[in-house]
Amino acid sequence: MKIAVCVKQVPDSWAEKKLNASTKLIDRESVDAVLNDLDEYAVESALQIVEANGGAEAGHTVTLISMGPERATEALRKGLSMGADDAVLVSDVALAGSDALATSLILAKVIQRINPDLILCGTESTDARMSVIPSMLSERLELPQLSFAGEVNVSADQVSIKRVTDEGVDSMNSPMPVIVSVIEKINEPRYPSFKGIMAAKKKKIEVLSLVDLGVSAAEVGGAGAWSLVNDFNEQAARSAGVKVTDEGAGGTALSEFLAEKRLA
Amino acid sequence: MSTFVFIDHIDGAITKTAGELLTIARRAGEVTAVLVGTPGDGTKAAAAINSFGANKIIAIEDSAINDHPSALVAQGLADLLLEKGATTLLIPSTARGKEIAARVAVRTNSGIITDAVDVTADSIATQSIFGGSAVVHSKVSKGIAIITVRPNSVEPESKPSTCDVEVVSPKLTPTKVLISNREPAKRGGRPELTEASIVVSGGRGTNGDFAPVEALADLLGAAVGASRAATDAGWYPHSHQVGQTGKTVSPSLYIACGISGAIQHRAGMQTSKVIVAINKDPEAPIFEVTDFGVVGDLFAVLPQATSAIAARKG
Repeated sequence: MKIAVCVKQVPDSWAEKKLNASTKLIDRESVDAVLNDLDEYAVESALQIVEANGGAEAGHTVTLISMGPERATEALRKGLSMGADDAVLVSDVALAGSDALATSLILAKVIQRINPDLILCGTESTDARMSVIPSMLSERLELPQLSFAGEVNVSADQVSIKRVTDEGVDSMNSPMPVIVSVIEKINEPRYPSFKGIMAAKKKKIEVLSLVDLGVSAAEVGGAGAWSLVNDFNEQAARSAGVKVTDEGAGGTALSEFLAEKRLA
Repeated sequence: MSTFVFIDHIDGAITKTAGELLTIARRAGEVTAVLVGTPGDGTKAAAAINSFGANKIIAIEDSAINDHPSALVAQGLADLLLEKGATTLLIPSTARGKEIAARVAVRTNSGIITDAVDVTADSIATQSIFGGSAVVHSKVSKGIAIITVRPNSVEPESKPSTCDVEVVSPKLTPTKVLISNREPAKRGGRPELTEASIVVSGGRGTNGDFAPVEALADLLGAAVGASRAATDAGWYPHSHQVGQTGKTVSPSLYIACGISGAIQHRAGMQTSKVIVAINKDPEAPIFEVTDFGVVGDLFAVLPQATSAIAARKG
């Protein structure tokens, strides 16, 4: 079984993020770049599925797929050090400013090229937070989709999940190939071991350009964008209001504040 | 301009967000409300949709629609939008709404903007990003402007209309996904987290005891939220997580109990209109964004506040 995991390098979700005034895109230079938190759950799921089905000895492989600048190899190394076998990075200057439609187009091309049985994704990236890529891949590749998985099991050619949403928990299954997105909390992503980190340095990251994928520059990047930012402005930070120390009447003070604001 | 609104509903009962989206869409002039459901859902929803001034109601009905999470809905919706020459589609920014929007965008080769908090008459979307630290105005430049709009973005304004429901039953191609079992969530009578006007959230400081948080929430008719620390510890379900990797909420009132307010959490609640916090640590970062903060033990402060509010309500 060949498993592909779509991952993204994002600004550290614990850092303050900003937009760049001239490009109107996220300023990725001023903050640490990391493997998207929510993609770590997808990498971990892939590794656990391999382990539960006989391991690498049984011929199962995990390939990471990403699109981004050259520097995104750092995020890929993290996934490789967790235990993925190899990675494909699509990197091309013409991709700068790509929106979700362009990103899904590129990822779909890579998936067609490596032809996996199972495609795993996180639910969203912590920078753009659109949560649209798994569904877009399902449409572009005309493959079934199982989303918001809080549990994934693979047997023979079937994948079954428990879909966990506000509406409840649904048990669903689909034949492979299939696109599965996993939620945070499906597992506890492993920390790379020292051995894993050393091994990752030797693992292959194939870097592809638009030419390699047969995509023209006009279809993607800022030039081909399906949506554009007109303008943006930074908002003044919220200022701290009243702060009282509870000396026995904190709850009463709170109820009075809410009454005064007509909130309770 | 031809503006379409995707009506969110459960078995023909429309959600609060549906009224909000119709209110926004009316700014652009004529509005077509589209509902996708099982046979009969359109008729059930008609009166509620007509209370928000729709100019046309179209129901795409298929008896198997609920057996397929988003794919079938997107098929029917995309074909209808192309056939009717839609220029804008507003759709609720929920997990399911975003899936449908993403699929419709690919099927109609259209641009998509998610999590808008406002949309102008000429389909320019306003987004509040990075936990409210920046406001962005964007426009779709190709195809239909597909815009997902966050619940609670506007106050729904009623306007009576009297349209009949046009029911269409296109032939939809089922996917290979099968649903073998359903366990609907127990709501416990509380509102949905992103739709709620008041949210009371608990964090590490609850030590796993959400009883005082829930007691205040129920008195206020509020939804219950949780910080990542609380859901990581297994104290509250993941679907209630507010923050960078959870839900984004912007209620009229947000009450953070025992939550330190790391950026991870603030990113999901900072656009709330009024923020109140209770925390033992006077230096907790949550106090940087609160309108009213109480430094104290939530197990003392919350029950006192709850009984004081209950007493006032009589």
